[in-house]
Amino acid sequence: MLSTQSFKKIKPLIFLAIITPLFFWTFQFVNGSLGVNPIEKLMDNLGEMALRLIVLTLFISSLSDFKQFRFLVEARRMVGLFAFFYVTCHFLTYIILDHFLDITFIIKDILKRPFITFGFISFLLLIPLVLTSPKIMLKKLGFKIWKRIHYLIYPAAIFSSLHFYMLVRANKIEPAIYIFIILLLLLYRLIYKFILPRRVR
Amino acid sequence: MKILPSEITSYKNYLNRRKFIKSSVATGLALGASTNLYANHSSDQNIYANQLDENDRLNSFEEITTYNNFYEFGMGKTDPSENSGNFKPKPWSISLEGLINNPQVLDLEKLLQQVTVEDRVYRLRCVEAWSMVIPWQGFPLSELIKIADPLSSAKFIQFVTVFRPEEMPGQNKRLLPWPYVEGLRMDEAMHPLTILSTGLYGHELLNQSGAPLRLVVPWKYGFKSIKSISSIRFVDKQPEATWSMLAPSEYGFYSNVNNLVDHPRWSQGTERRIGEFKRRKTLMYNGYEEEVGYLYEGMDLRKYY
Repeated sequence: MLSTQSFKKIKPLIFLAIITPLFFWTFQFVNGSLGVNPIEKLMDNLGEMALRLIVLTLFISSLSDFKQFRFLVEARRMVGLFAFFYVTCHFLTYIILDHFLDITFIIKDILKRPFITFGFISFLLLIPLVLTSPKIMLKKLGFKIWKRIHYLIYPAAIFSSLHFYMLVRANKIEPAIYIFIILLLLLYRLIYKFILPRRVR
Repeated sequence: MKILPSEITSYKNYLNRRKFIKSSVATGLALGASTNLYANHSSDQNIYANQLDENDRLNSFEEITTYNNFYEFGMGKTDPSENSGNFKPKPWSISLEGLINNPQVLDLEKLLQQVTVEDRVYRLRCVEAWSMVIPWQGFPLSELIKIADPLSSAKFIQFVTVFRPEEMPGQNKRLLPWPYVEGLRMDEAMHPLTILSTGLYGHELLNQSGAPLRLVVPWKYGFKSIKSISSIRFVDKQPEATWSMLAPSEYGFYSNVNNLVDHPRWSQGTERRIGEFKRRKTLMYNGYEEEVGYLYEGMDLRKYY
């Protein structure tokens, strides 16, 4: 497996790979090649990308428990920040392009429609993670508290996958797969981080 | 009853079309029966321009035929236009069943000789809060009902989409319970705005638009306008309809466009007209209140959504 050093060298490539879709979709949006309902399409693409990145950070966390994959943890913060970045783009598309900053309507919409409520909760849950992402914050808070805050990624992941699940009208297999993966990773975390170590002690 | 010029062919155009249809039927007969079926759809696009309100621009043929909800061909908006190539809309027959004096299996070609195909420019409002303006060709459903000659006990009509999983890939998956079914109350079905469409923009319907015969009920959400109809049943009780079976709290049997009764998933107060950037206000009964409001007088529209 890769060493942390050599993995750091390919980090810029991962950065490019994650940001490229945004440029691509923006280009398509302006260019008119995002179909006949481009706002809906852009919002869907951004949202699904965000969900994928959230799940990716969970995978990184779980895999980096194993020595062979420890290097992956180097990319976790970047992937996590990108996840929030895509969530924000998704949310801004909804606020600006979809509803033209009609704030009263948007607040009602968020409160009234469970699927939007869930998406919004997920967005809020991610904010403390972003605020505590700089290394200085880790030092200030201490690892234990910092770690606790960052477990918020699990409820955020669950709310965002439910947001997707409730949005789909029929054949909910795809969003169900996301929920399943997230629960599996959560279960792994609970067993290997909390239950097993205690037994050993 | 007043029908706005934006919603129906002007009289002058109508007369022209009658003439046109007669001559094309004659040509069709001369060329042989097979070309006859869709001959009356090859008309000039410009004729639709004067049938519109100032703020209702016609959607383009491309918009109308590449953005579709037709789960028989997949759930994505472009799936129907991409996956419907193997569907064979010809030859076609419609089975008339149930509480009628003339149950029969009607050949579509023969049916089209007994009815008058007209232009109807209608707004189409999807429950997902997008809309289009579409120049349909079709004939009033009431003409087919007259052929069926219903008994007085027939209070509702159920429509069934053809079931052909080998031609409709979505039917191989359990996206919805197949076949797709929809229904109307008899007075809704008899209403002059309700048509069975065979074409749009002067072309015969493409497969993704519900070829060769589909319902169009402009004051109801789009999913009521069932596509590729293979049978029509006359019944005495409110029949089952696919979406309202699947999620009764979200989709009612009536599903009239109603900006006041909200859907749990989408606000119905506004809509995005395909091709426009800003949302526009949704009109009661999709703007056909004057024509159809009387059908629901005295009904609690929160209960009968």
